[in-house]
Amino acid sequence: MELEALAGCLSSMSCAVTQVSTGLIIGMLLFLVASGLSLIFGVLGVINFAHGSFYMIGAYFAFSAYQLTDSFTLAILSGALGVGIFGMAFERLFMSKVYGRDVLMQLLVCYAFILILDDMVKILYGAEYKLMGMPQTFALPPFQIAGGFIPSYYVFMIGISAVVGLVLWLGIAKTRFGKVVRAAAINPTMVGALGINTTLLYAFVFGVGSMLAGTAGALAAPIRTLTPGMGLSILIESFIVTVIGGMGSIVGAFIAALLIGLTRSFGSMGFPLFVDGMMFGIMALVLILKPSGLLGRPVH
Amino acid sequence: MATTKGGVPRRKFLKGAASAAAVGAFATTITGFPHIAGAQAKVIRVGMPTILSGRVAILGTSSRAAAQLAVKEFNESGGVNGRMIELVDRDSKGRPDEAAKVTRDLINNDGCEIIIDAEASSGSFAVQEVIRDLPVLCLHTCSETSSLTADPKIHVKTAFRSARQGIHDAVAGGKYASAISKSKGLKRWMTCSPDYAYGRDNTAEFLEYLKIFDPNVEVVDQVWPKLFQPDYTENITKILQVKPQAMYSALWGGDLVAFIEQSNLYSLFNNITFFSGGLGDPPVLTAIKNLPAGLNTVYRYNRFYPNKPGNQAFAEGYNGIAKQEPTNWSWQNRLACSFIFEALKRTNGKTEGTALASELKGMALDSPFAVEDKITMRDSDHTIIGYPAAWGVTSSKFPYVENFTAPAWSEIIQLESEWKKRKGYA
Repeated sequence: MELEALAGCLSSMSCAVTQVSTGLIIGMLLFLVASGLSLIFGVLGVINFAHGSFYMIGAYFAFSAYQLTDSFTLAILSGALGVGIFGMAFERLFMSKVYGRDVLMQLLVCYAFILILDDMVKILYGAEYKLMGMPQTFALPPFQIAGGFIPSYYVFMIGISAVVGLVLWLGIAKTRFGKVVRAAAINPTMVGALGINTTLLYAFVFGVGSMLAGTAGALAAPIRTLTPGMGLSILIESFIVTVIGGMGSIVGAFIAALLIGLTRSFGSMGFPLFVDGMMFGIMALVLILKPSGLLGRPVH
Repeated sequence: MATTKGGVPRRKFLKGAASAAAVGAFATTITGFPHIAGAQAKVIRVGMPTILSGRVAILGTSSRAAAQLAVKEFNESGGVNGRMIELVDRDSKGRPDEAAKVTRDLINNDGCEIIIDAEASSGSFAVQEVIRDLPVLCLHTCSETSSLTADPKIHVKTAFRSARQGIHDAVAGGKYASAISKSKGLKRWMTCSPDYAYGRDNTAEFLEYLKIFDPNVEVVDQVWPKLFQPDYTENITKILQVKPQAMYSALWGGDLVAFIEQSNLYSLFNNITFFSGGLGDPPVLTAIKNLPAGLNTVYRYNRFYPNKPGNQAFAEGYNGIAKQEPTNWSWQNRLACSFIFEALKRTNGKTEGTALASELKGMALDSPFAVEDKITMRDSDHTIIGYPAAWGVTSSKFPYVENFTAPAWSEIIQLESEWKKRKGYA
């Protein structure tokens, strides 16, 4: 434990700014992935264990688009939309067949796709690591705020993630379509009886959830190495976030993702050898005190 | 009525065959001698357990490509005594238990008479134990862990290492870094290395020799990101807070690529003199999109160092089949093949493990990878000396590392022998 270093950091404006920004960087990317996972579970009632693989193919889609067009905007769009469309197809062709079935069956389908997608990536791109590279627009020295450092790309990444999260929240909470989605999450039979095509609705929601993972992958592509299997680590952290935030709650996922991000950033100063342990510790604490998560609906 | 086969009654024949099989199986079990299928065949099968999938697949693919190239050249030159070589590779998936299993399979089922162990360290220790049981000739070509050959307790008579060794790099790195720390007055040091056995051992050895050569150095902090961690932001911002003057990192492969790209966002290398134990590998150098100039790295491979026509020819040939520059593992595997070919020539094609091993002990080979003329397979501990234990500086010009400097091998060997005494290895 290096609590003295942590206290020193908290009392220094430059250190606090840098570490808070670090927490936001880690947290916002995690939020994008976890909110997709949470959305799919909240509406469809299935846990998409292949969600990490969607993050991976989002990164590879962006990588390919950037190689082909040299346009970062197209790279992000390809990652987001490509995975969104893929997610819809995946839901229609495979996941829809296991709705209402044993969770082990859902796990089996998802695990099969984790392996298939990893191998597909290996065949198409090779087993070696790839890096998309930083777009020239962001090849700038980091911004200095109160003596702390924040790279321009991370400002962009945090901003995009926040906008996507806000649009998602507004769409779910404040629009008629959002009301339908929320109603379908509670009583899909009634929604169907009102003449709404729930099959299409489910596919769309699954597509949006997948798109969030794809967006995160595309945003990570310039700064993280791309390898087959890269989705696994973020999947684990995303599960921690959804458990802490509450399965099905977008706002809960946001709060939990920031909590994990800040734990990682300040933890590296104060308890560097126990950062992962602390994340799981928080999750355990939430499960004991509020098993449905911070903002999750109680399960009866 | 009993039928006969070649005049022998069928029942008697079957009994005899069953007895022979039982005796054979018993002998294999008791003595540990391998069943080597096709041992008398013209083709000499060389088995290669390696990592061909997962995050470090490049270790296996670049090892295999170099060995394939060497075997092709050997066969085209007529082989040895009319016998050609066939390379049989197997994927261990980076798992030590699988490495041991595929090695046994290669020897017992595939009839391999020689093993090129292109495993990472954890796998190599497992393969070493298989070779103890099935004593064919084995060359470890990727493990840099010093104890594999330095520790007499795990010595195996037919096992050798054709790879750089951690302690050699540590001595060379300590000497190189101390010269810079003294000239620039770099007293505050920090490390950022992966949190597993290799990362911690490699870092400790580097610091040990850095402090021997420059006692004024002070290690102010150490960060240990997880192996294969995707994001290093929390580590990088911590480094920014600690403000060291210099830093050593044992990160390697894709992890190092991500670390450098993410560090660039913070302009980390503007104020910190960086020393890397893994940056010198050409695929790493080329994967980094914005490689800062002036970073210090250990030699991994460079087509212009040693600056010999044979080295450049190797790089060209390798590039022709792999479509990229060779890696550190490539030249080590190419060298292993050269040792094997020379040993086979000296035994006139005889593949028995102890016969080949006795030829390899102390063998000094003319090699394009030698710092001077020869690389020697040291008799005492079955490991190579005379290879490039050098350090250089990154540049924007291909092949992206230049100005290599290396201590004399006599100095490395002297300090290595003192280290062995301290460790109880000598």
